[in-house]
Amino acid sequence: MSLDEIKIGGLGASRRRVEDNRFIRGKGNYVDDIVLPGMLYMEILRSPLAHARIRSIDVSRAWAIPGVRLVLTGEMMQARNLAWMPTLSYDTQAVLATDKVRFQGQEVACVIADDPYIAKDGCEAIVVDYEPLTPVVNPEQAMADDAPLIRNDKVNQNDNVIFDWEVGDRIGTDQAFAEADVVSEIEMHYPRSHPSPIEACGSIADFDRSTSKLTVYMTTQAPHIIRAAVALVAELPEHMIRIVSPDLGGGFGNKVPVYPGYVASILASILTERPVKWIEDKTGNLISTGFGRDVYLKGQMALRNDGKILGVRMHTDSDHGAFFADAQPSKFKIGLMHSAFACYDIPSAHLTARGVYTNKAPGGVAYRCSFRVTEAMYFQERMVQAAADDLGMDQAQFRRVNLVRDDDFPHRTPFGFLTDSGQYEKCLDIGLEAIGYDDFLQQKEAAAERGRLLGIGISTMTEPLGAGNSREYDILGIKMFDSAELRVHMTGKAILRTGAKTQGQGHETTWAQIVAHELGIPAEDIVVEEGDTDTAPFGMGTYASRSTPVAGAAVSMVSRKIRAKARKIAAHLLEVSEEDVEWELGRFHVRGAPDRGVTIQECAMAAYSNVPDGMEPGLENNAYYDPPNLTWPFACYIATVEIDPETGVWDVLRVVAVDDCGVRINPMIVEGQIMGGLTEAYAMANMQFITFDEDGNCIGSNYMDYLLPTAWETPGFELHEVVTPCPHHPIGAKGIGECATVGGPAAFVNAVMDALKGHGVRNIDMPLLPDRVHEAITQRHDVSGAPPVKGS
Amino acid sequence: MTSLFEEVPPSTSSNDGVPVRRVEVRINGETRAADVEPRLLLAHLLRNGFRLTGTHTGCDTTNCGACTVLFDGQPVKSCTMFAVQADGHEVTTVEGLATASELHPIQEGFKDEHGLQCGFCTPGMMLSAKALLDENPDPTEDEVRWALSGNLCRCTGYQNIVKAVLWAAEKLRESDGSGS
Repeated sequence: MSLDEIKIGGLGASRRRVEDNRFIRGKGNYVDDIVLPGMLYMEILRSPLAHARIRSIDVSRAWAIPGVRLVLTGEMMQARNLAWMPTLSYDTQAVLATDKVRFQGQEVACVIADDPYIAKDGCEAIVVDYEPLTPVVNPEQAMADDAPLIRNDKVNQNDNVIFDWEVGDRIGTDQAFAEADVVSEIEMHYPRSHPSPIEACGSIADFDRSTSKLTVYMTTQAPHIIRAAVALVAELPEHMIRIVSPDLGGGFGNKVPVYPGYVASILASILTERPVKWIEDKTGNLISTGFGRDVYLKGQMALRNDGKILGVRMHTDSDHGAFFADAQPSKFKIGLMHSAFACYDIPSAHLTARGVYTNKAPGGVAYRCSFRVTEAMYFQERMVQAAADDLGMDQAQFRRVNLVRDDDFPHRTPFGFLTDSGQYEKCLDIGLEAIGYDDFLQQKEAAAERGRLLGIGISTMTEPLGAGNSREYDILGIKMFDSAELRVHMTGKAILRTGAKTQGQGHETTWAQIVAHELGIPAEDIVVEEGDTDTAPFGMGTYASRSTPVAGAAVSMVSRKIRAKARKIAAHLLEVSEEDVEWELGRFHVRGAPDRGVTIQECAMAAYSNVPDGMEPGLENNAYYDPPNLTWPFACYIATVEIDPETGVWDVLRVVAVDDCGVRINPMIVEGQIMGGLTEAYAMANMQFITFDEDGNCIGSNYMDYLLPTAWETPGFELHEVVTPCPHHPIGAKGIGECATVGGPAAFVNAVMDALKGHGVRNIDMPLLPDRVHEAITQRHDVSGAPPVKGS
Repeated sequence: MTSLFEEVPPSTSSNDGVPVRRVEVRINGETRAADVEPRLLLAHLLRNGFRLTGTHTGCDTTNCGACTVLFDGQPVKSCTMFAVQADGHEVTTVEGLATASELHPIQEGFKDEHGLQCGFCTPGMMLSAKALLDENPDPTEDEVRWALSGNLCRCTGYQNIVKAVLWAAEKLRESDGSGS
């Protein structure tokens, strides 16, 4: 009788994606595909200098070009109180520069014209007279006594320090170090990187004077946050603002913040009373929008001779660029850096974190990670490997000694998070077995005798995904819950809307699978919509792997509300009391009489045609879900490499990934997410970084300089799984989209460092470019990735 | 929604004093003409002039391949070609892959093997794949990886894209073998 859940596309079905039907035909609808009648085009003139005073801006030649309709400068923005806007981290950011420019690529003026080519001509015609100032390109320079003051616009800001923050148990940690047999120390840099979705940012602002309504089509992962921000910044009434996030060509955290281009396009539409489209070019995207990482670590571990970790000290100096625009929960100044070491049983830990301004682009977005957990887990796993080496212990065994045991949950992490479940050692064992650990160690030894350098790297980690619970997680005071709204039509078909926003994760497919699981309505009968603030329920959007943990849970909960009402209708139809009705997938039946039943579709019809007396008609509802805790997926990534000692080039031999993300809604999509994440991990370890020269010029301002891996160099991946259902999530699922990006880099770097064991090298900063590896081999010293400072 | 997509004339053709040139391009089997500024890029003619928005522009520097189209059967990056260079030539875009009734096996392969996520790189990827399979119906995995190395993807990690192309190759060989 009962439905086959896989056949109706429920939980566990590798259902082919609904959204693909338009994408494979070239019929996606991205922002740049939208054309509105009478639309104008905006281009941004950016600063060529990293730090300079603006003496004057002459826009007369731009105005003289036929087809130019408007030129915006900081002065004009200032006249409307729009020259500065608030950031997501309680700082301010220039929309268009007024006093000085503070990073290369900063927005200086905008030209709005009949077509984008004319708008570019207009930008070329603007003459800006700059007085160059000394640029600050790294934290050490920023904190020097004689450092130039970057944020002279801020009252009471007398240096370049943004925050000094600490978390953990200082006294307990000091005690652990006093009792240690061995103290292991390491310093490293997690380089600045850019999420770089292939589609850059853009917007079309359309202000309709006759209705006072502002519609903005834009590349945002969090449309409701944008609506709130526009209401506050532009002082427009919130009900007159409609934000539409259409198909997004990737996001990876880059499309969370509010960017000057969005604000300028809105003002331009208000002033011209025409729709204004702004489509950022790739260089604009790479040099001005939210970057990820750029954190320096000093790490120490207190160790006992038997391998037990007694305590951890971490100090981070983070480079936030010219404006503190990190997209992160308000309470935590360096994101969730203190989630480090959550998978290990460590009595005490202490983290101090200092953030500074530099003359670089602002950002600090969660680039495919949950608020700096990528840095946290990289530092953790590099420190773990260094500690194992210092003790002369096998790196797998060292982890095994310290991993939290299955029966120790719930477990309080050394920085105070509560983890609730996991099978860490099982994951590690599966990984070691898959890679053939013992065999590889023998091969490595044999190869070393012939002068070949083989290495194996492990990374084990659990990370906090799914912010948040609203007690602890908010952005600008807005609690990080999420939402779903489900309408079941009379024929049993349905429409589901959520406050999340897919950007490739496949929500249109997977959310329908959750409804299918809860209600037995075939997934193909459910359409999913997201991204339009006029129709979607309020939500905080998609980033930090929060969609499945939060919005996905809301989808379950709203489905259960629908089921509860359908049960009452079923009792009415079956002429029994509600207590005598039993649920099976897609159908209610009379207890003890399974033949007497009604389907969910029959209940839906009755909801519109035959409701019991006193019941509201219709079958729709919504749910706002505030999770009780984060979800804690666990992973073990293992990579093997071979280094060519002549060139410093290293090749990946094999990559094994073991992921425990709890119950998998759509295994095909989960595996796709893991492989994508592994690729970004490989990219960061191998080639992908944004650096700067001593003048603050961005090196990596286009895809010729900012290297991303192609199909040619990307290795193949071998995937394995462990399933430990999340105990508090309605369907036992956890986040997965970012695990491999977070845990993966350390596996590659640890593998290279393992191959170089005995070469007098403790650390090479990512990316492990051939010249860096070669320098380490030949000079027998660590290689730092910090940008050079002028005159040094 | 139809008003959002009304066809507009090529955007640069309306400006007085700007030289324009007539180009005729055979796009997806249909000859289309436009008056274009000499500096207009082919990608922009396709997207804005002919409203074939499946051709995406990603990087502006010929690196990402999102704008890949077939130019007389060869894959080219339409963001780095002028529209006037296409005069008298044949261009195939993603919109020309499927017929009214059925998908091209490459499209089926991408869906079946989960070879796409956000979909932005997909049209270019599929056209590069088509150029490969037109020349080499039975490629090795390495040959597929090399043929796609001018197309960047940030979502998938390529493994499923490679599988999709191999899936399509097999399907195409089967249909050729059956005498169709």
